[in-house]
Amino acid sequence: MSNKRSGAWSGGFVLLVALLLAGAFALVYLDSGVAVAAEVSAAADTGVTYAPAPKLTADDYPRVDRFNGRVAVWLAAQMHLWFAAFVLAVPIFVFIIEAIGMRTRDKRYDDMAYEFIKVSITAYSITAIFGGLLVFFLTIFYPHLFQYLTTIFKESMVYYALLFFAESAALYIYYYGWHWLQGGFRKWVHLTVGLLLNAVGTTLMFLANAWATFMMSPAGVDRAGVFSGDTWAAIHNVLWNPLNIHRVLANIAFGGSIVGAYAAFKFLSSTVAKEKAHYDWMGYNANFIAICALLPLPFAGYYLTAEIYAYSQQMGITSMGGIFAWLFIIQAVLIGTLFLSANYYLWCGMGRSDGAERYNKYVKYLAIGIIGAFLVWFTPHTLVLTNEELKALGGPYHKYLGPLGIMPAKNMAVNMMIIFTTISFLIYRRANKIPIVSWVSQGNAVLYALFATGILNILFLGIYHGYFTNTVYKVASSIPQVLTTLTIIVASTVIDASMYKGAKQVAPLHWGRIPDRAQYALFLLAVAFTWLMGLMGYIRSGLRQHWHVKDIFRDASPDAFTPTLGYAANVVSIGTILFLTLLIFIFWLSQLAGQKTSSGDYWKAQEPW
Amino acid sequence: MVNLAKVVAFSLLTIGFFAFFANFGIPEIKPAPPPVDEELDLSSMTMEGFVALGDRIFNGKGTCTLCHNPVGGRAPLLDDAAARIRERLRDPRYGGQAQTLEAYLRESMLEPSVFVVAGFGKAGTSDTESPMPVVSGGGIGMSEADISAVIAYLQDRWGLDITVEIPADVAEAQVAETSMAATPVRPLKSPQAAFTQFACTACHIFEEAGGQVGPNLSRIGAQRDREYLRRAILDPNADISDGFVPNLMPGTYAEQMYASELEMIVDYLAGLE
Repeated sequence: MSNKRSGAWSGGFVLLVALLLAGAFALVYLDSGVAVAAEVSAAADTGVTYAPAPKLTADDYPRVDRFNGRVAVWLAAQMHLWFAAFVLAVPIFVFIIEAIGMRTRDKRYDDMAYEFIKVSITAYSITAIFGGLLVFFLTIFYPHLFQYLTTIFKESMVYYALLFFAESAALYIYYYGWHWLQGGFRKWVHLTVGLLLNAVGTTLMFLANAWATFMMSPAGVDRAGVFSGDTWAAIHNVLWNPLNIHRVLANIAFGGSIVGAYAAFKFLSSTVAKEKAHYDWMGYNANFIAICALLPLPFAGYYLTAEIYAYSQQMGITSMGGIFAWLFIIQAVLIGTLFLSANYYLWCGMGRSDGAERYNKYVKYLAIGIIGAFLVWFTPHTLVLTNEELKALGGPYHKYLGPLGIMPAKNMAVNMMIIFTTISFLIYRRANKIPIVSWVSQGNAVLYALFATGILNILFLGIYHGYFTNTVYKVASSIPQVLTTLTIIVASTVIDASMYKGAKQVAPLHWGRIPDRAQYALFLLAVAFTWLMGLMGYIRSGLRQHWHVKDIFRDASPDAFTPTLGYAANVVSIGTILFLTLLIFIFWLSQLAGQKTSSGDYWKAQEPW
Repeated sequence: MVNLAKVVAFSLLTIGFFAFFANFGIPEIKPAPPPVDEELDLSSMTMEGFVALGDRIFNGKGTCTLCHNPVGGRAPLLDDAAARIRERLRDPRYGGQAQTLEAYLRESMLEPSVFVVAGFGKAGTSDTESPMPVVSGGGIGMSEADISAVIAYLQDRWGLDITVEIPADVAEAQVAETSMAATPVRPLKSPQAAFTQFACTACHIFEEAGGQVGPNLSRIGAQRDREYLRRAILDPNADISDGFVPNLMPGTYAEQMYASELEMIVDYLAGLE
């Protein structure tokens, strides 16, 4: 067994042992010293009795010298989430790329898929180690919370731990069996193992999501926190599916951006033209994957937020008002960075094509459109002002910029940003091709009409419903806006793909003919994604405010307050640096196995066996 | 190695920019600390003090102004609600027990779905379910004394006589709060508990009591079979009785009810002969 394999197994083992120890610790440590309400309730069907959520005091939270419990749990959870997102996302698009390779019989896809999975496999053990660390920190610093959650989710936690064996087995067969399971039926077996790997991985994530969302929108418990005994109700809480969808998409976009950064680094380090071409191609595909998942991500985020509002208007208002309103200004900077860097990479990539000159003149308009949309998204609504500034301005809202701060303007901006990115893609796809179908003029006319009508519709919906109707319609108009954008993306892709089916190439694509600065756009994408995920983790958790489990289990620890945005940004930055440092280490490890050094005369001469 | 150094420096600069912007590019706002329950000495409190307490709760702990404000339009404004409350008590959709303005205000804070002002119900509930949280619940945690203080504050604000009395002691007030805030364990075990939970009596008459927005169900078992009753709950617009209009009954019970609750209600209704 190789070192990597044993390392990963030990990671899984660490998590399992940590869970078992945590359970034992919780049982032994927790006595009746915590003040809980006297009454207990009979569970719905089983007759088992459950206690209400405990009412804690600051003394119920153990302390360790020189350790801040909340920051320890925060960083461990965030590190676990980053690595988990990476190792869960990569097999999804590796599976897809492998399938594409099987369909096209183009071995380059198979090789690229293998290289992707090779990059992620070393991260697997680190994911498990951080998972174990998180469980330890939770039981050390928040034992009563952990006990309460295990009371409700004990079954799913046991299955979660056991599923890691299935996940490990599927991953190792998939990775180590890659070259063994080649050709004919064996390749199908390999692809099936990949499917199994993704099924188990996604199940694992959904289970963990249930615990996290239960803390935000508890279900299966009454107002005092007494568990009804219905585990499915607790798992299937209001925010579970919205978060599941959001995380699947975000993980794919994040995984794509990390692999893109790996390819970019390899590109910069390569001196051989063939290697540069290979890593350029790899970086392009990784960026493509990241953008494909990035485009629907704002809609998934909108769905999640809408469900938060539907569940608790208070929590919804907290998320969009007060301190968290400013968080969305930071988020706007990050999203703008993501869109701009992804588009910039595409525009630079047009240099690979000899036919791109036809389209270069449009790039500046796309850049203006995306930057304009970004600035609208960036504009705050309410400004925090001094009394003098307030008097000079005549109120908390700016006369001209104020209207750009409200949600309808943001909705228009994000839809525009997505549409302009779609146009960038179409132009990139067309750059090196000349269509041969007879209906090119008509096809282009339809596409122009589609984009023009769609953009006008989005602007009309946003302006009319956003500024001339009441709140209900302001929010409701975002749904037809989203549908318009999705229609544009799907219809334009279908029309364009049909029009360019069998198209002639201007000249062979020059993979590797891309400036180095484009690779930095890929790094920017990866760093911004990592930081953004950390920031959104802060708000998702922060929405609970001073509650462990919203409205039923109060956080009485000295750290129950919501940290300031600046403080949160510093923690996220430290986490990002730690994560990226470990990632560089992992990338280095993935190369190490292929390197050999001559030992010279270190070993004494041996007689043949 | 040079490339690695360049990439690391670029990444650190990017992270530094984001951190700098979050620290210095936006105003530094310190979030409010977790609320601390005010130590009340009700025995020595004057009515002016009680009204002032209600003001503090209304604008602070109670989080009332989060929604009852002119900006968001998420909840009815309370500026001149006194006159409208009398109309609401006579409204056929009103399903509560209150006879007075004070009782209505108390009821609307503890059972917000008893009457939902048109246009302010949860989406898809046809204004039968209020998005307002129960104020005595965990998220807000108002005691009976807090609720009385808010009522006193509102009455004072509207220029009415203050009818609430200052509770004699805090402990007694909190006991009252706990008993009113109790919620049933799901799935529910009795048809009556289910009717309360799903506000059936707001629109239907059972055993001579209830609203008249929907058909009288006092003898429904003699008229309809179990299959019809089940469909009428899960898909209310599938069959509309003569004299009634579609789209009034929420179509969300299939998601809200446990299967055992649905069957219990169907059993009960089928037995009403």
